[in-house]
Amino acid sequence: MPDLLIELFSEEIPARMQGKAADDLKKLMTDGMVEAGLTYASSAAFSTPRRLTLTVEGLLVESPTVREERKGPKVGAPDKAIEGFLRGAGVSREALEERDTPKGAIYFASIEKPGRPASEIIAEVLETTIRNFPWPKSMRWGSGSLRWVRPLHSILCILTDEAGSEVVPLDVDGIVSGKTTHGHRFMAPAQLTVNGFEDYEAQLKRAFVVLNAGERADAIWEDAKNQAFANGLEVVEDAGLLREVAGLVEWPVVLMGEIATDFLGLPPEVLQTSMREHQKFFSVKNPKTGRIERFITVANRETADNGATILAGNQKVLFARLSDAKFFWENDLRVAKADMATWTEALSNVTFHNKLGTQAERIERIAALARELAPVVGADADEAERAARLAKADLSSEMVYEFPELQGLMGRYYAEAAGETAAVAAAAEEHYSPLGPSDAVPSAPVSVAVSLADKIDTLTGFWAIDEKPTGSKDPFALRRAALGVIRLVLENGLSFGLLRVFSQADDRADATNLLSFFHDRLKVYLRDQGVRHDVIDACIAMDGNDDLALLVKRAVALEAFMKTEDGTNLLQGFKRANNILSKEEEKDGVEYSYGGDVKFAQIDEERALFATLEAETPVIEAALKSEDFAAAMSGMAALRAPIDAFFEAVQVNSDNGTVRRNRLNLLSDIRKLVGSVADLTRVEG
Amino acid sequence: MNSEKPKSFQEIILRLQSYWAARGCAIMQPYDMEVGAGTFHPATTLRSLGSRPWAAAYVQPSRRPTDGRYGENPNRLQHYYQYQVLIKPSPPDLQALYLGSLEAIGINMDLHDIRFVEDDWESPTLGAWGLGWEVWCDGMEVSQFTYFQQVGGHDCAPVAGELTYGLERLAMYVLGVDHVMDMPYNDPQAPIALSYGDVFKQTEQEHSRYNFDVANTDVLLRHFEEAEAECASILAQEHVDSKTGKRIVMAHPAYDQCIKASHIFNLLDARGVISVTERQAYIGRVRTLAKACADAFVQTEAGGYVQ
Repeated sequence: MPDLLIELFSEEIPARMQGKAADDLKKLMTDGMVEAGLTYASSAAFSTPRRLTLTVEGLLVESPTVREERKGPKVGAPDKAIEGFLRGAGVSREALEERDTPKGAIYFASIEKPGRPASEIIAEVLETTIRNFPWPKSMRWGSGSLRWVRPLHSILCILTDEAGSEVVPLDVDGIVSGKTTHGHRFMAPAQLTVNGFEDYEAQLKRAFVVLNAGERADAIWEDAKNQAFANGLEVVEDAGLLREVAGLVEWPVVLMGEIATDFLGLPPEVLQTSMREHQKFFSVKNPKTGRIERFITVANRETADNGATILAGNQKVLFARLSDAKFFWENDLRVAKADMATWTEALSNVTFHNKLGTQAERIERIAALARELAPVVGADADEAERAARLAKADLSSEMVYEFPELQGLMGRYYAEAAGETAAVAAAAEEHYSPLGPSDAVPSAPVSVAVSLADKIDTLTGFWAIDEKPTGSKDPFALRRAALGVIRLVLENGLSFGLLRVFSQADDRADATNLLSFFHDRLKVYLRDQGVRHDVIDACIAMDGNDDLALLVKRAVALEAFMKTEDGTNLLQGFKRANNILSKEEEKDGVEYSYGGDVKFAQIDEERALFATLEAETPVIEAALKSEDFAAAMSGMAALRAPIDAFFEAVQVNSDNGTVRRNRLNLLSDIRKLVGSVADLTRVEG
Repeated sequence: MNSEKPKSFQEIILRLQSYWAARGCAIMQPYDMEVGAGTFHPATTLRSLGSRPWAAAYVQPSRRPTDGRYGENPNRLQHYYQYQVLIKPSPPDLQALYLGSLEAIGINMDLHDIRFVEDDWESPTLGAWGLGWEVWCDGMEVSQFTYFQQVGGHDCAPVAGELTYGLERLAMYVLGVDHVMDMPYNDPQAPIALSYGDVFKQTEQEHSRYNFDVANTDVLLRHFEEAEAECASILAQEHVDSKTGKRIVMAHPAYDQCIKASHIFNLLDARGVISVTERQAYIGRVRTLAKACADAFVQTEAGGYVQ
């Protein structure tokens, strides 16, 4: 059984695209071959900056012959119909077979699709794969019309078996397949002629190319760790950077360099970000001090001077980069110590959204709102307002202009330098959180106040100008903002009405509509926590549903209750009561809401239900008043047995009108009491 | 090949000139207008359009008013030089040709680490984009390497390959100089040896002051409008010249106005009179001009128009 080896050799493929491209090559090729009947035992794909490689082992020599039967027209059908059928099936009239069927004699054609040699199928599938390759961005080059991520130079495509290897003939826009490739661009550029995958991989390694990206990454990481360790230091882990760097080199050579002492006073995050973003360097820190003292760079070659020239060059570039960073840092510190006024003023020239004014105007609103929210979250109002005013100041700083990903963090450093309180400085960093569903939620009161104010201002603003998310479109990340508010409220146990806050934030916003947006987000959030959507609906239907903490407390208690036997049975009893009552009310055209009277009760079960209702009503009312929903639920649980017994023994529609009306009023009492806990009509089951 | 290290800024330029001349490029002279980058030279912008082959190389003085630092910053200048190569269709060995040019200016491939790092190029003012890399030498960006895909809203077919070298930075690296003003401009052994600072320090100061504080913004705003109007009016002319009776589409004169508008916008930006929201609008207006010029160029003979 032959093995297949394919290599698509091109100019440098962007590092971030290599991994997926290798997977895509494997999937498109193997799917295409299998679809054409060419099955195989195993396959693997690899990538380097200049090549995508696929090896497939244990391929069929050819696809199996397939016999297919096709049903034709009736015997005696017009010639035209029969000829049409013959053309379509590609058989002669003599080859047709007459067969009796329940519908009469019918012609059948037996078509044999002969198997095709593997090379023919591979050539076809590979050409289709190359022409339709799902690159995130592709280009043309020279005079051709073929698209690839960067110019494609050669296609290696060979089938290998015991007898040797053979090129699969293929010509894609003038690129003719062969059995050759090249080694490292600089260290071994000569052409290599390849026989099979093992030979290919071994020859490449001798020509200074490590084919496997995982192997390159492991080698980089091991070597980096060892070099750091030998100096009593450790490499700061960065899986994304490691993956990227492994995609920038075919022959990784790890070099460790020094950071000039002038820069060791920069915040470690600044050093790390500058080195990672601009130079793709790893940071090496001193475990004793936590300071970043060296860097690791990964070169793509060995040199006669053991990398000395390369390292010196990199060190020089880093010096220039860090000089910039230091310049920004020192300038920024000057502004910070002068009250940050330059920055806060600059924000009045920055448009937030053309219908929502400038950043400065937005900050005014956030500051006012943070002040309002301060008592709710237990923060000092002045501190919350101050924090809100400074939280976005770093957006105007030179450092954040250079490294946007440091926003917030720089704000914290600058607020500290400006002598602000620890709480105000922390809020500058933390008020962006939570960003994602797994991001940590701030708990410091001032941070919480600013974070809530920031997000609620965003939401009410975009609601006011009618820029709500639609379908999959959410350009302003409003769903994320709402989820952020929900998590801030729930994880900090904050109980307050959102509607009032919405109208304070922006009274042009449709607060009710925004609240139902929150309820939708809340349902998604609670569903992930295992609360049923109908249970949530039953609680959303209650008064005070703009207090999310209260709403969730109720929902969690109800969810727990609905999981008990008492809960499910009470639900049945309630629904039965409600159904009978609703039906009779509709029939009679009245509402039975006078309240039942035990003196008209006829039998013990009826009297027992009256008694329980009388006993439990104050219990439930008190529980609700103190927001003890678990107690309210157990109050409801007490109703279950008497309700069951009542329906067992009592016919509601008695012939005696008074008795009937009294029983309906009793049911109404039950509905009212249960309904004060949650709207069980919305619960399924 | 000259294996000796170059001694001066100008020697690096001369070596690039002779290298690319030897590879068949027409060595052109800088365009006689203020531009932000070598790409703006019509030998790149316009000649990358249409079906006719093209190969040119040239030095282009480039102006970036916002980058002025009064000659103090070690590598930031409001006036600097780019070396630009444009070959259409892009030859299959363009990467090798490029690496050869680095060797020509004294970068020893056996000792340095050259890398092609993804960097897609886009010019919102020219309505142009392409895919390619920034080329790193020991971690320093020494060139931009781009396969043009679209210019002025037109697909490039064939595709032009563009190389842009930031000359000062590259030369500082090759010559081992830390501050641009200290770099030898001519041979340091010459009777009158001149540094980059001798030639440009004063002009950097003068222009920095002018760009940031003095340029008359009202006049500039008016010039912008005028250039925009002139561009449109040039392109509105009949293709056939009534005087000569010949078909003369004035793509280049119109494009000059586009260049002018673009530079004025850069000056206004440096003066800080353009707000964030206005910025996009100005860029859009320049792009509209660039697109109209590209539309006109493909109506000319050089742009592949066949009567």
